[in-house]
Amino acid sequence: MQDFLVIDHVTKCFGPLRAVADVSLGIGRGEIFSLLGPSGCGKTTLLRLLAGFEQADSGRILLNGQDITPLPPERRPVNTVFQNYALFPHLSVWENIAFGLRIAGKSRDAMKEMVERMIKLTRLEEHAGKRPAQLSGGQKQRVAIARALVNEPQVLLLDEPLAALDLKLRQHMLGELTALHALVGTTFIYVTHDQGEAISLSNRIAVMNEGRVEQVDAPATLYEEPTNRFVASFIGDANFCQGSVEEMLPGGYVRVAVPGLNSPMVQGRPGLACGQGVRLMLRPEKLRLSLTRPASHERVNVCRAVVQEVAYYGPHIRIRVNCGSQRLQVQAVAQLLSAGTQLWLSFDPDDGRVVG
Amino acid sequence: MGVWWGERCLPAMSTPRQTLTARLLTAPSFVWMLIFFAWPAANLFLLAFRPADVTGGVGEGWTISAWRVFQEPGYLEAIGRTLWISALTTGGCLLLALPVAWRISRAGPRWRSWLLLLVVLPFWTSFLIRVYAWRVLLQSSGPLATLLRGLGLMDEDAMLLYHPAAVVVVMIYTYLPLAILPLYAAMEKFDPHLLEAARDLGATQWQALSKVLLPTIQKGVIGAALLVGIPSLGSYVVPEMIGGLDAEMLGSKIGQRLFSDRNLPQAAALATALALLAMPAVIMAIRKRPGEEMT
Repeated sequence: MQDFLVIDHVTKCFGPLRAVADVSLGIGRGEIFSLLGPSGCGKTTLLRLLAGFEQADSGRILLNGQDITPLPPERRPVNTVFQNYALFPHLSVWENIAFGLRIAGKSRDAMKEMVERMIKLTRLEEHAGKRPAQLSGGQKQRVAIARALVNEPQVLLLDEPLAALDLKLRQHMLGELTALHALVGTTFIYVTHDQGEAISLSNRIAVMNEGRVEQVDAPATLYEEPTNRFVASFIGDANFCQGSVEEMLPGGYVRVAVPGLNSPMVQGRPGLACGQGVRLMLRPEKLRLSLTRPASHERVNVCRAVVQEVAYYGPHIRIRVNCGSQRLQVQAVAQLLSAGTQLWLSFDPDDGRVVG
Repeated sequence: MGVWWGERCLPAMSTPRQTLTARLLTAPSFVWMLIFFAWPAANLFLLAFRPADVTGGVGEGWTISAWRVFQEPGYLEAIGRTLWISALTTGGCLLLALPVAWRISRAGPRWRSWLLLLVVLPFWTSFLIRVYAWRVLLQSSGPLATLLRGLGLMDEDAMLLYHPAAVVVVMIYTYLPLAILPLYAAMEKFDPHLLEAARDLGATQWQALSKVLLPTIQKGVIGAALLVGIPSLGSYVVPEMIGGLDAEMLGSKIGQRLFSDRNLPQAAALATALALLAMPAVIMAIRKRPGEEMT
């Protein structure tokens, strides 16, 4: 697929800080693409570069083949949903949504039709005459989206749009955003620090850290096959163990010597050599605990574990176990376990990964 | 006035008991305004319809003879001059104060308090001394005139003082802080993301300022215009000390009636006319609900 939006070696510095460091990305038409990372990772700066609020120090941004890097924000066919909504306080909901059309010099009839359609789409009919100050957080959010989408942008930029909402409303709005995207089909670029939002919403996610893109992939790939420790720890929870490669096995597997884990067999990565120090990642929910030793065959890694601590989370529990000197977090369905219980810990080779 | 403000400012107080409390709380200021503002203003208005006494007092009976003062030469011109000097002062103050207030409101919190202090610093010196300092600056042998003559920009016998332009300059200087403070107060609450949102929606920089910033801080602009415009209309000291006969304003005329002619009814008529001049602007400013219409 020809990329619709191309970010080509873009760098942006603020003084000595490289906020966006040589980032290149290709985003397809109609995609929901997330920029995910901790605060200060450069995701918001990258979004502001796309919107035109910041000028790149080097690199280009191409939209539909056209270089938009030198264009000021008002001449870019993109619109933004701001984190704090940035609704115009002196205008009603209707006038807020109409703002862009009015600036563009649309005829009264065309404007009315487009605004009313957007109001219907975002279910704001009852609130059209209200001022932003009279709206709830979720309603403001919908106005901000309607105000941006009514201009029929080629790309909609969303800057942490749900950050100010409470959990329930956030989940609800995620559903609404997905439904809205299905209706309008516009390319969405979604900035968030919340991995849950990014995973449930996006077609693809770029995980960012310290101005660089660490990995770009579909949510499931990022979770199952993180290429480095940062991505592995940022998306979901993970145990990390230090070890060294003991034996290269067929099918991309390696046997890694890890203290306490009895040299498990795990998925390797290209470029490994025997004796090399590596970091192993184990997802807490992929680890199994049992009171009896599991039926042993060569494709299961088994070791002894002692329960240290159990934390109750409702649907599941978190168990901290010691395997020799190795401390691991295990997630399991709720069951009665007490500290000191001797157990067996096992996991499949596909569920362990060398990430560094 | 007091009760009206009380109700406007406390819209949530709706139960009778709370309204009563609000009225009681505003009663002292209401009574104060009644005794020291409403009553004297009414007296002044009535005084304008009394005959003048040759000894400088006020006679019995009612007459409109005091209002004939406007038929005397120079008075209508003085009204016109008062209006345009005040308009120029107000406009000049707003133009200068808008960028200054913006800069202060965007400065860091530490800087902000220092900059605000600098704005109000002139108030720590007597107003008369400051106007007198302007006389020194602008006089024929003063530094500014010397400099301009040295540069060949001014004729030998031309003067900077005693000119309406000098009055406007000194009045702008005098009232500028009064324009900066309300504009700053309004701009401090302004969310700069709104300007980005406007640009994002296709507005040019100028459109963003005129369609988003100005309407949002409209209350501050109106406040600044009233704080500068109304005292400008009643200016007395600056036109007296800086302006000559060409820059005489209504305030000077009132002073002359009062101090030289001892004609109290005529002074009262002039003062009433001045108040009536200021009235339309005030009423318009108060009736205009900010942000009702976009364009």
